[in-house]
Amino acid sequence: MTTLEEVKRRAEQDAKSRGMYLTPDESLLKNLLEGLKENEDRYGYLSCPCRIASGAFDLDRDIICPCDYRDPDVAEYGTCYCCLYVDLETHEGKKEAKPIPERRPLDKQMRGLGMEEPKPKETTPKGSINATGRKLFYCKQCGYVVFRDEPPYVCPICRAKREMFQEIVTTQGYYTRKLA
Amino acid sequence: MNTVKVKGKKKENKVFLYTLSTCGWCKMTKQYLKDNDIAYEYLDVDKCSKAEQQEAIEDLKRRNAPVSFPAIIINDKTIISGFKKDAIAEALGI
Repeated sequence: MTTLEEVKRRAEQDAKSRGMYLTPDESLLKNLLEGLKENEDRYGYLSCPCRIASGAFDLDRDIICPCDYRDPDVAEYGTCYCCLYVDLETHEGKKEAKPIPERRPLDKQMRGLGMEEPKPKETTPKGSINATGRKLFYCKQCGYVVFRDEPPYVCPICRAKREMFQEIVTTQGYYTRKLA
Repeated sequence: MNTVKVKGKKKENKVFLYTLSTCGWCKMTKQYLKDNDIAYEYLDVDKCSKAEQQEAIEDLKRRNAPVSFPAIIINDKTIISGFKKDAIAEALGI
C-alpha cells in the first residue's frame, strides 16, 4: 500500500520535473495528499481528490493525478483544479490561489457518473485499430505517439502544444499522417 | 441520503453543501463555516451510491450550477460554486 510520504514524494518529483511547485498552504497540501491517498486506497489509482471518480480506470484516466488538465490550468490560472500544483508566483505568495473553473468536459464527467449513454460507436471491422473508438496521434516535434480519444493538451515528452499533434490514419494497411 | 448536520449558533440561513470527502477546498469550506459558528448540513457525494450521486448532480444541473465541489446552497436559492470566501461571507453576513 502506498504511504502518504510516497504520494508526497511522487508529487514533489513531478512538480520539480515540470518547473511547478506544490501548494504553499500547508494544511491544504496535507488535505489534498490525504485525499489522493484515500482515492488510491479506494480505487487503486491516484484519482483527483476534488472530482468524483467513477472507479472505472478507463473513465477516470483523464483525472488521474497529475490530470490531463493540470498543465493548461497552471499555465492559465497559476494553479491546477485542486490546487496541488502551482506556478512559481503562487508558490512565492505573489498570487493568491483561488478556486478555478472545471476544464474537464461535462460529457466526460457525465459518462463517469453513468448519466449518459455512451456514444454509439461506428461499426468498424473487428480487430481494426478504430474498434476502440480511440485514435493514434503523434507529436510533430518529438515523435511521441499516443492512442486515445483526443490529442493531449501538452506533449508529456517535449511540452509541445496540442496543435503540434497530428492524427495517424491507416491507408490500405499502412500508417500515414492524416492529410488536411 | 446521508446528509450530515453540523451544529452552530447561527441558524438564520439554511446552508447546504455538496462536498467531496477527499477535497481540500471542501474541507476549507466546512472549517470556515465552523469557525464562524454557522449551522450547516452537508453531503459527501463521493461516499454516496451511484444513484444518490446522480440525484445530487441532477440537483446541481437543475440549479444551473457547474458540476464542481464544493457547491454551497444558501436558503435553497443562492448557489456558490467553489470556496469563494468573499461571496460566502457576503451571502451569510459574516
